[in-house]
Amino acid sequence: MAAYLLKRIAMLFPLLLGITLITFTVIHLAPGEPVEMQTAMSPKITAETRQRLREFYGLDKPLHVQYGLWLGRIARLDFGRSFAPDNRPVMDKIRERIPVTLSLNLIALVLEFGLALPIGILAAVRRSTLLDKGLTLFVFLGFAMPTFWLALLLMYLFGVKLEWLPISGLHSLGSERLAPFPWLLDLARHLILPLGVASFGSLAGLSRYMRSTMLEVIGQDYITTARAKGLSERTVILKHALRNALLPIITLLGFSLPGLIGGSVIFETIFAIPGMGQLFFMGVMARDYPLVMGILVIGAGLTLVGNLLADLCYALADPRIRHGGG
Amino acid sequence: MSVRLVRLLLCSLLLLSGCNQPDPPGIPRQRSAGIPATGDTLVTGSIGEASTLIPLLASDAASHSIAGYIYNGLVKYDKELNLVGDLARSWEVSPDGLVITFHLRQGVKWQDGHEFTGRDVLYTYGVTIDPKTPTSYAEDFKQVKKVECPDPYTVRVTYDHPFAPALASWGSSILPAHLLEGKDITRTDLARRPVGTGPYRLKEWVAGQQITLESFDGYFEGRPYLDRVVDRLIPDSSTMYLELKAGGIDMMNLTPVQYQRQTVGASFLEHFNKYRYPASSYVYMGYNLRNPLFSDLRVRRALTHAINKEELIQGVLLGMGQTAKGPYKPGTWAWNPHIIDPAYDPAEARRLLAQAGWRDTDGDGILDKGGKPFQFTVLTNQGNAERLKSAQIIQQRLRSVGIDMKIRVIEWASFITHFIDTRNFEAVILGWTLGQDPDIFDVWHSSKSGKKELNFIGYKNEEVDRLIVAGRGTFDQKERQRCYWRIQEILAQEQPYTFLYVPDALPTVSARVRGIVPAPAGISYDFIRWYVPKKEQRYAQ
Repeated sequence: MAAYLLKRIAMLFPLLLGITLITFTVIHLAPGEPVEMQTAMSPKITAETRQRLREFYGLDKPLHVQYGLWLGRIARLDFGRSFAPDNRPVMDKIRERIPVTLSLNLIALVLEFGLALPIGILAAVRRSTLLDKGLTLFVFLGFAMPTFWLALLLMYLFGVKLEWLPISGLHSLGSERLAPFPWLLDLARHLILPLGVASFGSLAGLSRYMRSTMLEVIGQDYITTARAKGLSERTVILKHALRNALLPIITLLGFSLPGLIGGSVIFETIFAIPGMGQLFFMGVMARDYPLVMGILVIGAGLTLVGNLLADLCYALADPRIRHGGG
Repeated sequence: MSVRLVRLLLCSLLLLSGCNQPDPPGIPRQRSAGIPATGDTLVTGSIGEASTLIPLLASDAASHSIAGYIYNGLVKYDKELNLVGDLARSWEVSPDGLVITFHLRQGVKWQDGHEFTGRDVLYTYGVTIDPKTPTSYAEDFKQVKKVECPDPYTVRVTYDHPFAPALASWGSSILPAHLLEGKDITRTDLARRPVGTGPYRLKEWVAGQQITLESFDGYFEGRPYLDRVVDRLIPDSSTMYLELKAGGIDMMNLTPVQYQRQTVGASFLEHFNKYRYPASSYVYMGYNLRNPLFSDLRVRRALTHAINKEELIQGVLLGMGQTAKGPYKPGTWAWNPHIIDPAYDPAEARRLLAQAGWRDTDGDGILDKGGKPFQFTVLTNQGNAERLKSAQIIQQRLRSVGIDMKIRVIEWASFITHFIDTRNFEAVILGWTLGQDPDIFDVWHSSKSGKKELNFIGYKNEEVDRLIVAGRGTFDQKERQRCYWRIQEILAQEQPYTFLYVPDALPTVSARVRGIVPAPAGISYDFIRWYVPKKEQRYAQ
């Protein structure tokens, strides 16, 4: 087990290096440079100014030198300074966005699992009934509906017509003067629409997965045995079947780790939520290389760690993997 | 239970999209002016977040719009678009046009209480031309030979040649020398905690959410009425519009569709005032004059004859704009009202094309010459629906005179690098934003057609070159006007661009805000005089 772990960890480094090399090249291959995006079509720019800006950002050096310099800094955990005119350290920019994205995604994840699992179980237990079909229709409706469209309709209904909920942002104006509880209530009111839309859209995948593993388990002999023993249907489903059906779902949890800081551009843009997705999108549009690379490295790192954790959990749960096959 | 839920959801969605009752049409209401009072907050929305509040380093509109509340220049444009003093009380230009002497206001305070003097002007000039400063605004200041400060309230600037745009370039924000001297301007925390001389100062900046400004009581023109300005970051324009309707923001620029169709109901007009005036920009179709197809004057004139500009304004802008005939904003002193350019006349277009040798010999409906059909591709940038719609309408019109125009939409960065910079295009539909000074050297002078320069169509006319140089070389407005009026005549004759239209700016502001007087400069030139009567104030202190 320890050897397996060591081998997996050792593999992470070359993988990460390869990822950075590819992403660095690709982002530099995209047409347009940071200087270009700031100065294109501006009448007051001369070739000299442009050159001056390129030197300021180190863009005048050959690409492999730029990569070497960047790699050297990253090895010392220095993510560099943003190419945006504010020139702030990339780490600061990421740090001020992570709490929002992380907490939102955590809540969304809890909601998603909390809703999708019961839906999946219910659909499996009442297989082929009207309820099963209704639930299927419901989750696929969410899956198929474009997020931005649904979001705009709901904003119009609840925000403009009924005036029940705020439309965008995280806080109302002047909320900083509220007492902790009303402040939290204000925040919660702002979160209802974005979280609702996000969870509705992601129910389908997980609930269908839950339904199929549940169906598979229910068909097993030990469930028949449990029923034959005279256990109540409730005990059979929730104790015997669910436990076994949940195993693969735990693996899925491991895969959601990088998604926690990823954030979604469309969703954050439409609800004006200051998260990582927006930061990344704007970084790409402005060709802010250090920022884009910083976010990608963190994302890649988390993906690799997530995969590792998922594998480990699986190994812990399944003796066949733990003992090296057989 | 869940089935019912699904049904409920479906029904509510259908309700939303289908049975939404339109607002009954309303008419703008006359409101009493009320009594000017201090207090209240104006909430604005912005698509992008400001990057730095040192305007010298910023290249984005969001940063400049916030910095505009915080800083002043030596001069500014008044509501009639004339240059007047700002931090400078007055100025004089020497008879030979080489020396400008600014007399600064006395007793102006920075927002930290320090006094404003000529030292700040000297510093701002010095840091702007410093090769280590990554700024795009050094060019005008590089024309300066020397800047002197004989006493704290006088600044004397000397030029090598008389340079008319120079005066306006001193409208750049003046930075506080006492906080910046001897520091690296790219690393200072003034970028996020600015200190200016303006009517508002920064109270709070919540990254990615909002910027709050509060009135500066010591402002030299008097304290503004509105206590606070909050600029919310709302990256999606549909969301911003819904926020406006729900009262979440007080001010926004509308699109023509929103102005003409979606904000005409009584309940909207109850809460908002709409304004309309020509924007400082124009949209054009430019031809690559290096291409033999377009080097023929008759062909370019025929193209303009074939395009119905009125139809573009109706179709694309729903009437919210006016035709453009040259590179100036209608109503300004540099704009020549007597220009006659090729009017919409398809018959004349066909006649000119026939004269140039373009005839439909094979009967396929497309003109041809020497066996080659009249075919070209017009490029425009992605994300600008108005330009794309214009291209589609033009395509139909050109088709009817026998020209096959294809349309290609390209993402901005590749548009610039692969097509404009390499001159690898036939025609483009783009727009220019117009500065207040009428100097057009960068776009129209033949020396500016090199790599990355803005005369990318390769226009060259000796008389225009001479007039451009003459126009920027004198401070005499009558003389300058004569130059620019003549340039417009030549451009109307030669049609290197088909100037299409000048759109209208369509801002709307909450009706509780009074004191807004639209003028040629727009509405916000007099922002510190905007107020909300005490009874209607919405946000408490």
